[in-house]
Amino acid sequence: MNWLTEHKIPLGDTMETFVNWLIDVAAFFFDFISITLETLIFAMVDGLEWMNPFAVVALVLAFVWWLHRSVGMMLFVAAAFLLIMNLGYWQETIQTLVLVVTATMISVLIGVPIGIAAAHRPWLYTVLRPILDLMQTIPTFVYLIPTLILFGLGYVPGLISTIIFAIAAPIRLTYLGISKVPNELREAGLAFGCTKSKLLYKVELPAAMPSIMAGVTQCIMLSLSMVVIAALVGADGLGKPVVRALNTVNISQGFEAGVAIVLVAIMLDRICKTPNSKAEG
Amino acid sequence: MPMVQIENLDIVFGNQKLESLRLLDKGMSRPEILARTGDVVGVQDATISIEEGEICVLMGLSGSGKSTLLRAINGLNKVARGRCLVKDGDRMVDMAKCDEDTLRHMRTNRVSMVFQSFALMPWMTVLENVAFGLEMQGVGKKEREERALKQLKMVGLYDWRDKKPDELSGGMRQRVGLARAFVMDSDILLMDEPFSALDPLIRSQLQDELIELQKSLKKTIVFVSHDLDEALKIGSKIAIMESARIIQEDVPEQIVLNPATEYVEKFVAHTNPLNVLRGNALMTPVAQLGKMDNLYKLTDHLWADLQDGKLESAKLYGEPVAIARWEHGMDIADLPEDSVVVAPVDISMRDAVEIRYQTKLSILLEENGKCVGVLSDHDFYHALLGKHFSRAS
Repeated sequence: MNWLTEHKIPLGDTMETFVNWLIDVAAFFFDFISITLETLIFAMVDGLEWMNPFAVVALVLAFVWWLHRSVGMMLFVAAAFLLIMNLGYWQETIQTLVLVVTATMISVLIGVPIGIAAAHRPWLYTVLRPILDLMQTIPTFVYLIPTLILFGLGYVPGLISTIIFAIAAPIRLTYLGISKVPNELREAGLAFGCTKSKLLYKVELPAAMPSIMAGVTQCIMLSLSMVVIAALVGADGLGKPVVRALNTVNISQGFEAGVAIVLVAIMLDRICKTPNSKAEG
Repeated sequence: MPMVQIENLDIVFGNQKLESLRLLDKGMSRPEILARTGDVVGVQDATISIEEGEICVLMGLSGSGKSTLLRAINGLNKVARGRCLVKDGDRMVDMAKCDEDTLRHMRTNRVSMVFQSFALMPWMTVLENVAFGLEMQGVGKKEREERALKQLKMVGLYDWRDKKPDELSGGMRQRVGLARAFVMDSDILLMDEPFSALDPLIRSQLQDELIELQKSLKKTIVFVSHDLDEALKIGSKIAIMESARIIQEDVPEQIVLNPATEYVEKFVAHTNPLNVLRGNALMTPVAQLGKMDNLYKLTDHLWADLQDGKLESAKLYGEPVAIARWEHGMDIADLPEDSVVVAPVDISMRDAVEIRYQTKLSILLEENGKCVGVLSDHDFYHALLGKHFSRAS
């Protein structure tokens, strides 16, 4: 027993050395990412905050109408936004929305192509699967530390952590959707003269679209579930008041911020569910 | 020049194709090769050629390799060895060896396919589905919609053009599948059990429609089926496959009359002879009839006077009876009752039975202006009991 504890495998030390090495070698790279993303996020947040809140709500409502043609949903969205404004969390909501949307966009932009590639190459998915499992199960705080060191305080480490946590959903569901495309549809595509890329764009992607959209919705929800954790590393948004309330044992602030997060979550979920997927299940 | 010519074609699924081919050459069977290399032999040493305008039916039980062979013709299945030539204008393209561009050219312009489970794109409307192949051909939107609509009219689905496939019944969906293939204007149609997933009434209706369409379109059709009645009904040639090999290839009637193996015989035993057999296979030849001078005994009481093979008169119980003539395409109901009918020797059994039913007397069969045989009740019973179909006889 003693022998076992005395000869400790330097697992943690190795990781630390690796992260330090990364900082030494690629600091400028991480700085570049950090600055780019931060500029992007600040631009979006500033833009939305500069606009009249009611104009923003009107834009969202127009989008909802275009997507769903449902008066009920528009009423709900309007009421939710008004309540948030009334509670005084408008700015934080905008920041959270920007963070969630950015994280989702980046996750989808990276995740969908990876999912497609994995569906076409079985070996790739064999390699990917344990990595995805790891990314989803390892406690978020654990990789919060290196992201904090690599990207500094602020939005970006929150964003990166969110992406690490959420990107598995679009990858998995894109993979699933593409591999579940009936072989006959693929054969039909080929038999009528599809090239490889046409087969992807005209047959596989449309056939897998419900699954991919489910991945996007999941990705949004997972991103939202990270707001509080992102706040711990300095990302602004609805997570901040929650963390502050926790530190000061402020029940009223915690509850209000919590309600705002729930409202944003329900809105995003309802808006993202495509009318088709509702009909199917 | 044939439209499709397949020469010594082998198809193997798996990772050790060379080794499997070697074992195949050593005469090993399919299960043995599966056990040794893990490869599945899909088609073994297939040779067949299909002429323009022919409907060639590949027949066999499931797993016999018929669909696999079909898919070689448009390159969906990779050929391990042998040639699969398909006509492209004045040249023959080997689908087994041609490059991607040629393959695509052949698929978009020469060979179209109809699938067993329809394989319609569920997110597209009926019209978009029909126009799908044209889009791949690079036809402009307006023209392809025009052509697709025309084709939809032909299959009677014009009013359904804006519906999604899942709003259609099975029979309608397959009509869309047919329209999608026909609109391509390709010379060769591959049909992989297109009607198997449909209920019997719709199936037979679509078979009739296909036969009707074929009369005007004159495509070369390779049709996969596991139903011999279907094969006999629409095929102008039938190739029967058993465990990856073509074991018999012939015109429908010959398949039924001379099954090459027990396997074919089993298929044949369940067919309806009315659809396949013709007068020359059914008849009792004139030479075998009882005879007195020029009088031939058709049945106990019916005698025919044949001069140099020409029917001069016929007598029933000593009384003369009328003589009539029937040619292909004539209305059988117009034939007079109680008359002896002279018909062409290649009359179908269905027509012959109907004439017998109408006239109540035996039928004389004529070839090149000479009576060569007679069809009496005995001949019909013989066929109906399936006695033509046993190899022993």
